[in-house]
Amino acid sequence: MSKQKHETPMLDQLESGPWPSFITGIKRLANDEGKTYQDTMIDLLGQLEHSYQTRKGYWKGGTISVMGYGGGIIPRFSEVGDKYPASREFHTLRIMPPAGMHYDTKIMREMCDVWEKHGSGLIAFHGQSGDIMFQGARSDKVQDAFDEFNKMGFDLGGAGPAVRTGMSCVGAARCEQSCANEQKILRLLVNEFLDDMHRPALPYKFKFKVSGCPNDCMNSIERADFSVIGTWRDDMKVDQDAVKAFIAEKGQKYVIDNVITRCPTQALSLNDDDTLAVDNRNCVRCMHCINVMTKALSPGDDKGVTILIGGKRTLKIGDLMGTVVVPFMKLETEEEYEKIVELAGDIIDFFAENALEHERTGEMIERIGLANFIEGIGLEVDPNMIAEPRQCSYVNTGNWDEEAQKWFDRKAEERAA
Amino acid sequence: MPRTPIESGVPDPFQYMHPVMAKNYGMWKYHERPRPGVLCHTAKSGDKVWTVRAGTQRQMDLYTIRKLCDIADEYAEGHIRFTIRSNIEFMVSSEAKVQPLIDKLLKEGFPVGGTGPSVTMISHTQGWLHCDIPGTDASGVVKALMDELHEEFIKEDMPNRVHIATSCCQINCGGQSDIAINIQHTKPPKINHDLVANVCERPAVVARCPVAAIRPALVNGKPSLEVDEKKCICCGACYPPCPPMQINDPEHSKLAIWVGGNHSNARSKPSFQKLVAAGLPNNPPRWPEVAAILKKILHVYKEDAKDWERISDWVERIGWPRFFELTELPFTKFHIDDWRGARRSLNSSTHIRF
Repeated sequence: MSKQKHETPMLDQLESGPWPSFITGIKRLANDEGKTYQDTMIDLLGQLEHSYQTRKGYWKGGTISVMGYGGGIIPRFSEVGDKYPASREFHTLRIMPPAGMHYDTKIMREMCDVWEKHGSGLIAFHGQSGDIMFQGARSDKVQDAFDEFNKMGFDLGGAGPAVRTGMSCVGAARCEQSCANEQKILRLLVNEFLDDMHRPALPYKFKFKVSGCPNDCMNSIERADFSVIGTWRDDMKVDQDAVKAFIAEKGQKYVIDNVITRCPTQALSLNDDDTLAVDNRNCVRCMHCINVMTKALSPGDDKGVTILIGGKRTLKIGDLMGTVVVPFMKLETEEEYEKIVELAGDIIDFFAENALEHERTGEMIERIGLANFIEGIGLEVDPNMIAEPRQCSYVNTGNWDEEAQKWFDRKAEERAA
Repeated sequence: MPRTPIESGVPDPFQYMHPVMAKNYGMWKYHERPRPGVLCHTAKSGDKVWTVRAGTQRQMDLYTIRKLCDIADEYAEGHIRFTIRSNIEFMVSSEAKVQPLIDKLLKEGFPVGGTGPSVTMISHTQGWLHCDIPGTDASGVVKALMDELHEEFIKEDMPNRVHIATSCCQINCGGQSDIAINIQHTKPPKINHDLVANVCERPAVVARCPVAAIRPALVNGKPSLEVDEKKCICCGACYPPCPPMQINDPEHSKLAIWVGGNHSNARSKPSFQKLVAAGLPNNPPRWPEVAAILKKILHVYKEDAKDWERISDWVERIGWPRFFELTELPFTKFHIDDWRGARRSLNSSTHIRF
């Protein structure tokens, strides 16, 4: 027989309406006679209702981990545990999903079975960092739950000042706009730095995100310290017959208003015979025309990635976008893949040595200047790293000739190659 | 003997991937959207895969997940994936399976949509259910708002896609979005001086403040911290490392709405969201004041924007004065940025629309 249920008049109001209700779901668990989680979920509802009534949260952190790891568990102890004792401990296991968040029903059911046995029965697909969040384990159940997930091939994600769980888009698995092997890049990068993930010792968090094209569905420029975005450097592909078919269906006005005039660099022009002219030298690979004319237009063949560093959200100095540090990197051979892993290692090392406590990569770059960062990680400056050159004359250009010579030497090398 | 973890990292997705997707990996040709909530991708091999996308509550109980698995086994082909915004996707290799799958999902209460120019699922944070520093709930706000936006989820009649996010504090884990609904505190932290010395690493807390408003102090003979309330921007950054500096306030922690964040490089460069409304009450369980403004902004955007304009593109074209005119939101001194680099956000031209 379960414990007495709490009145939840406010939460009850979240059970109506057309969208699936998480409250209805939690109530199903609280009504689950004989399950180990039943009492926990009864008190969880009680505490949540209490939060709704008083408009305050009542969880505090602590220290919980699994054997061998320092991070990956989000400890939660209730501050109102005397009133709601069964949910006094309600920790989250952050588990990294398969890259691209693919599952079959067999593995989903196995995860459910583990969480029925050791946890609360409540799972979030997925948290904002991209983890599967198994929400609600007692302190003495965390290790058991982890052991079972671990044996199934799953590993804890990141938390605290560490390499964090990364994300990659569905990409090449289903999307024709993919210019990269997203899952491979993500797995190579994250799996190389598991020690920095599982034993948090960096100045602050460090996130990898991989998007297969500049639509950046993973929001990597805005949110990742290390953003990898697929792109191409030869001409985009135009199927002129498909262009004509598109115009026949939608009309010239639609194409002019929604494709030609929307190009940010005016690189498109509609010919008199309803074919499309593209100024590929001035195309910035924004993806708009390809998004609109999915059958007629597609990325080119000479694919690779652009790498941007330093995206983050508000804390501490305000939101920062990532900045281009590698305009184009080819990723086909294993040596080329090794190069991106090496670059990530150099950046993490530089970050570990130079960032202040609780400072993100982007904030460190803001503080020391991009040129110093670029030099520190052993890259060469490139005009693709900036939106425009310096406006302020407060700069000492004393060794200009030396720096200019570096540029000329590099250009000569490129021509020779 | 304690068990040593297997540091296996990110799992290989191919073992779980739908076989048509695995077979045609990197070899897709084009895609179409036959109806809202359905994508059809055609591979260079001629293979096709149909994807049916449905909304979930993200925080799912075992019964919901097992039901989704039953649906995937019986009406789809046993493979699913999730989008970054917690929509579930069922992949099938035959068009004939699409309608029965949709019918079953709708019958079981899962809205089908979230594709193309729709308002897709709100991405969100943890809130009162699990976070240690939340100013509001997340799942509850999202449930309440998605009930209101259900029609916009199941149809594709917005000018372009609309991504919405909510965050329960000003750290903004919810991320950048076309429309973001975030907590905005309006009072400095209330400090419990009896606890600071024991709970907080004081130099770290001092260092955390973005405006250097916190300094060490002796209060009632105890080492503590004090806040220069004139400087304090009420961001709450001191609260996570020092819980005795309580920032959440049932009355004075308000909600704010920001618009124009865009992750994509399509047309314009990626952009951050901008403040448009604040001072909205944190009013559970259904946050009606927030829903009203959200729907007003969406309505105006839908009426006024051109096809393919994200909210950021639309406002760029019509200008911020027109945005405030059309949405009937008040323009206040709080909209004028005064953070570092803010002068670049001011109008230093005679470009003015009359």
